[in-house]
Amino acid sequence: MSNPALLLLQDLTGGTELVDWEWLGENFWEDILPALQGHIFLSSISVAIALIIALPVGILSARYRKAYPPVTFVTGILYSIPSLALFAILISIPGVAIGPSPVIIALVAYSLLILIRNTVAGLDSVPPETKDAARGMGLTDRQILFRVELPLALPIIVAGIRIATVTIIGIATIGAYINGGGLGTLIFDGIQRQFPTMIIAGAVLATAMAIVADLLLLALERYLRPWARVRRT
Amino acid sequence: MLYKILEVYARPDFPEKLRQHVLLSLVALLVAIAIAMPVALMIRNSRLGALIAINIGNIGRAVPSLAILALALPFFGIGFGSALVALTALAIPPILINASTGLREVDKGVIDAARGMGLSGGQILARIQLPIAAPVIFAGIRTSAVQTVASATLATFIGGGGLGDLIVEGYSRRGPEILLAGALAVAILAIITEIGFGVLERAFTPKGLKIAQKRRK
Repeated sequence: MSNPALLLLQDLTGGTELVDWEWLGENFWEDILPALQGHIFLSSISVAIALIIALPVGILSARYRKAYPPVTFVTGILYSIPSLALFAILISIPGVAIGPSPVIIALVAYSLLILIRNTVAGLDSVPPETKDAARGMGLTDRQILFRVELPLALPIIVAGIRIATVTIIGIATIGAYINGGGLGTLIFDGIQRQFPTMIIAGAVLATAMAIVADLLLLALERYLRPWARVRRT
Repeated sequence: MLYKILEVYARPDFPEKLRQHVLLSLVALLVAIAIAMPVALMIRNSRLGALIAINIGNIGRAVPSLAILALALPFFGIGFGSALVALTALAIPPILINASTGLREVDKGVIDAARGMGLSGGQILARIQLPIAAPVIFAGIRTSAVQTVASATLATFIGGGGLGDLIVEGYSRRGPEILLAGALAVAILAIITEIGFGVLERAFTPKGLKIAQKRRK
């Protein structure tokens, strides 16, 4: 404790140490790991559900251009509603109980704009000549979609999944307020008990999870784009 | 139900909560602009500077907003000021990333042409780089503003006030009308911010750029 910065921290926190390592060790299996698992569950299931909705909607919007502006308008409005407000609105609906379900619904809603937008952008990025060539080779519309357009659009779609995942991991922490579980439980409990160790544990793990997800999906994006392996920047 | 919600808006403490929310968001946004813009200007000609700024910005984006607000608690205590510091920290990354990339992406040929016409470094910045980068910079400010209004809702958890107070009150006292009143007010405020800054963004796009954008379409 000779480090002046650490002493200052101690002072600011009223004499208690900022990180209580003993507590972390004692509560790892009981509190921290389940919170992390809950967070991974919430985020991954939400992105998966969002993809199931966004891919067909994106493909249809790319085909029927008139449908695209209303789709982005509605999902854009959903996207700009602050998460705590969206949670509050959802649990006010009769039949929606507090817990993970309203949190997942909200997280899906937040992912839609990013995922649909990137699906459309990905499909738009396929050169018309490539599609013409495929058609010339005798491929049907459906074959062109699944064998030519989607594989070529995939890197941009994965880029969207990446942004959506990082966003969702952050927002999912707030879901703990309506009993959604996850790392937010540590943060809220830490605030309640005025115990910085819990806040820091939740914050650090959520940030680390976002960064790891970001890097993994970036690697996937690069892998799916072999023709652009040569680094540009 | 609608009537009950409207009754909440007629409560004497509602204007105060709304005022706190707007004040928190606005001050945080202004301070963030005052910090991010000079930094972006300073590093506009440095590759390393831009790389560092973008990486700091990206890491900043990965930290959940709730975490930043909660972390302000042990350092700055409970209250409005604490929330303000946290919200400012949250508002900086989008502005910094967009201002930095916007300024760097100005066509080198255009800058060369301006230099050839005898413009000084300061003139190039004021008359060429800033106007051309303006739409991108404003897009960053817009993202930041919407995000700040949203995060200001969480200020209530560290005693910072704002409309989040109503949501917490409604949730803990099981008052569905208070909960919905708070949520709707926050949602409307966020949507107004989004649309308002969109208008601002268009207003600050130079005429020449608008024509160029149209032509590209």
